[in-house]
Amino acid sequence: MSRFSKTLMALMVAAAATSFVTPAAAFDRYQGVGRPATAAEVKAWDIDVRPDFVGLPTGKGTVDQGVELWETHCASCHGAFGESNEVFTPLVGGTTLDDIKTGHVKSLVTGSSPQRTTLMKVPTVATLFDYIQRAMPWTAPKSLKPDETYAILAYLLNLADVVPADYELSDQNIREVQERMPNRNGMTTDHGMWPGAPLAKGGLGNGGKPDTKNVACMKDCKKEVQIVSFLPDYAQDAHGNLAEQNRPVGQTRGKQTGEPSAAAGGGTQTAAAAALALAGEKGCMACHGVANKIVGPGYNEILAKYKGQADIETKLIAKLKAGGQGVWGAVPMPPQGHVKDEELKQLVQWILEGAKAQ
Amino acid sequence: MANSEFRLGRIQPAPENFLTDEQIQSVKEGRRDFLRKAFLGASAAMMAPAVARAAGEGDPAILNLPSWTTSLGLPVATHPYGLPSKYERGLVRRESPGLTRVGGSSVSFTPLQGLFGIVTPSGLHFERHHQGWHDIDPSQHRLMINGMVKTNSVFTMDDLMRLPSVSRIHFIECGANTGMEWGNVAVPTVQYSHGMLSCSEFTGVPLKAILDMCGADYKKGRFILAEGADGSSMTRTIPMEMVESGEVLVAYGMNGEMLRPENGYPLRLVVPGVQGVSWVKWLRRIEVGDKPWGAKDEAVHYIDLMPDGQHRQYSSVQECKSVITTPSGGQILLDKGFYNVSGMAWSGRGKITRVDVSTDGGINWRQARLETPVLSKAVTRFNIDWVWDGKPAILQSRAVDDTGFVQPGYGQLRAARGTKSIYHNNAIQSWKVVESGEVSNVQVL
Ligand code: HEC
Ligand code: HEC
Repeated sequence: MSRFSKTLMALMVAAAATSFVTPAAAFDRYQGVGRPATAAEVKAWDIDVRPDFVGLPTGKGTVDQGVELWETHCASCHGAFGESNEVFTPLVGGTTLDDIKTGHVKSLVTGSSPQRTTLMKVPTVATLFDYIQRAMPWTAPKSLKPDETYAILAYLLNLADVVPADYELSDQNIREVQERMPNRNGMTTDHGMWPGAPLAKGGLGNGGKPDTKNVACMKDCKKEVQIVSFLPDYAQDAHGNLAEQNRPVGQTRGKQTGEPSAAAGGGTQTAAAAALALAGEKGCMACHGVANKIVGPGYNEILAKYKGQADIETKLIAKLKAGGQGVWGAVPMPPQGHVKDEELKQLVQWILEGAKAQ
Repeated sequence: MANSEFRLGRIQPAPENFLTDEQIQSVKEGRRDFLRKAFLGASAAMMAPAVARAAGEGDPAILNLPSWTTSLGLPVATHPYGLPSKYERGLVRRESPGLTRVGGSSVSFTPLQGLFGIVTPSGLHFERHHQGWHDIDPSQHRLMINGMVKTNSVFTMDDLMRLPSVSRIHFIECGANTGMEWGNVAVPTVQYSHGMLSCSEFTGVPLKAILDMCGADYKKGRFILAEGADGSSMTRTIPMEMVESGEVLVAYGMNGEMLRPENGYPLRLVVPGVQGVSWVKWLRRIEVGDKPWGAKDEAVHYIDLMPDGQHRQYSSVQECKSVITTPSGGQILLDKGFYNVSGMAWSGRGKITRVDVSTDGGINWRQARLETPVLSKAVTRFNIDWVWDGKPAILQSRAVDDTGFVQPGYGQLRAARGTKSIYHNNAIQSWKVVESGEVSNVQVL
């Protein structure tokens, strides 16, 4: 009860009274779960701008103001003219004055532009406003004020000749700009891949009708097999050594492409890391912690006990080989006969150097 | 069973034996002169007839008791959160070099070549971020519902996790999966050709229950907008019909634990059958509205270019598709004889009803076994027996779903959509096998 505000209670009563289609007592059913949002909360998060400009904030900004803001906030990644291909595909390019007339970007058909830029594709100017306001600059999203967003968008549109250099873009004239978007007529929803109601029933598309019609033929389905594409030689090792990207057992192995990487041999490990791994592999860590006693003493306790003592390395190796008890308590250490001499040496040296992990 | 008495290895030595550890070490130290020799030697060995490596008493792996049989193993909780064996270290998420320019707006691909069954281990679930990922404090995360609802509302994770939950297994595939292959073969292995695909058990609350609580106007509000809490605040439009069917979930669980941060911790949308971009991660807001939103990722990306220059907008469903994962591109068959050809099939429209496999490039087909469970809008595992006679072969799989739709070939798909649409390539995949046992990526019309 305590979590229900008065407003909500009032709303629920009202809903019940008007016999709403959905169960009016829904909040009631899950008592104590959720609460109404405040107007300020909705305002803080509901920032989307739809193609029909629902949600567009009021404001304005000139191309000139945009140039400066662009320099400060955008040019480092997108280039001074939105042309950069460094961080992302170019934002501007590939559109013509003729496209602005037709609303169809011709280079999408002719392939005359090497990249498909943002301005070649985007049909709706609201999309750009929404996206810049929500996500850019990439490393400081949602930091732009509405006027700044208008100005930056004005500059971006000017780069594609959608608006002139002396333009001031605002919530008042943005609809006119929509009528000049180069690819405004470039979208279709006449396809079968919208998962909701079709256009005829208030949704989109053709109601899920697919555009390919294969048949499950089982025998003699064609005369010959024509291989139309394969991976060219120069691309064979572009993805690294495939042997290292496959399991070392099973039905198959990966193919060696290029040189084995350093990581494959595990040789980039430091001596300390190798010793720690060896201690794990040989079962020492089952009974010894680095700093703490388990069954036997912690390695650091061993170091503290024998620090500076002559011959200690040889003595401890001998102890490990023979096993023994009584130094640390009644519990014996079994003989470590499965560990080779040089490995014992490696382990003891590591312990006497502080049993570090790296 | 092989008949040779001491058939300890395979006819062909496994390729990772091409180089000894010492040779690998010397490569690291900059000495490469021996490499050529090593490869010549290795290929000579591959030509050699069957040699029993250890004639006499038997397999040293049996006769000489290994250290793990003769020593004490590690204690419990050595790894408080368990890790795969070190021998599995090659099977990790990887980027495709050159595909994207910055890691924060990029993709890492799931190593399908090494997976079994239908569930993707959570640590191998593919990643696609537009503005990096965060590990969000769940106590500070909120879900807001607004728009055409009676009560704009806010839910905490505590709230959401109190509501009646469901758990469902579904695939999630990026719309751009196999996108690099529209025009020609571009990548060597199934990890890069199909690895923007994962399948998990998701746990959460049907969005319908939450919209009911808020009094959604189902009559006028036929679309919803989902929005993320990350920097990109990814937005996508989803039809209300899918919400009403109960299948769209507000999910916090994945494979028995919470979502991984890279996959949207603590909350993501699950939109079964629809491309991954709509499964908004770090979900912070759902708005109910009467029109689609034309967001950046539905007006600039995730639009499919047709040959006439028009883009298909709001193309969302992942149509029926399949791929053989073993054997697949970049792998080598070590020997003639029996293989269990295995692969994955899925459809955004429902259940897989059958998968056919061809070993002759699509002239003749045989029906594969579908392993259970076969679930709607989930990956289905298929297997089929194959005896490789050592001759060239082209392996293909072709899936059919319960709408009767048959996965298309490249010829059919390109006739309908050209080669530039980037998204939604569900063509039949071909893997060519040559005499040496090498398997490679090819395209067949
Ligand atoms: C630190 C680098 C960086 C800065 C600075 C930056 N951007 Fe971006 N921008 C990106 C990246 C990366 C993407 C792609 C994001 C994605 O994958 O969704 C992008 C995408 C965009 C897009 C969408 C392009 C498309 O085709 O999807 C627009 C528009 C854009 N930026 C405008 C701006 C504006 C305006 C500014 C300055 C206010 C700006 N950017 C600052 C890196 C940056
Ligand atoms: C089954 C448990 C067990 C295992 C396995 C084990 N230890 Fe011990 N270790 C002990 C115990 C108990 C002692 C204390 C023996 C004593 O009091 O003399 C000990 C003592 C030691 C000492 C100190 C000896 C001394 O005289 O002070 C060293 C060094 C040591 N272990 C190293 C190792 C190394 C290296 C390994 C792995 C190769 C190993 N231990 C494996 C139980 C074990």
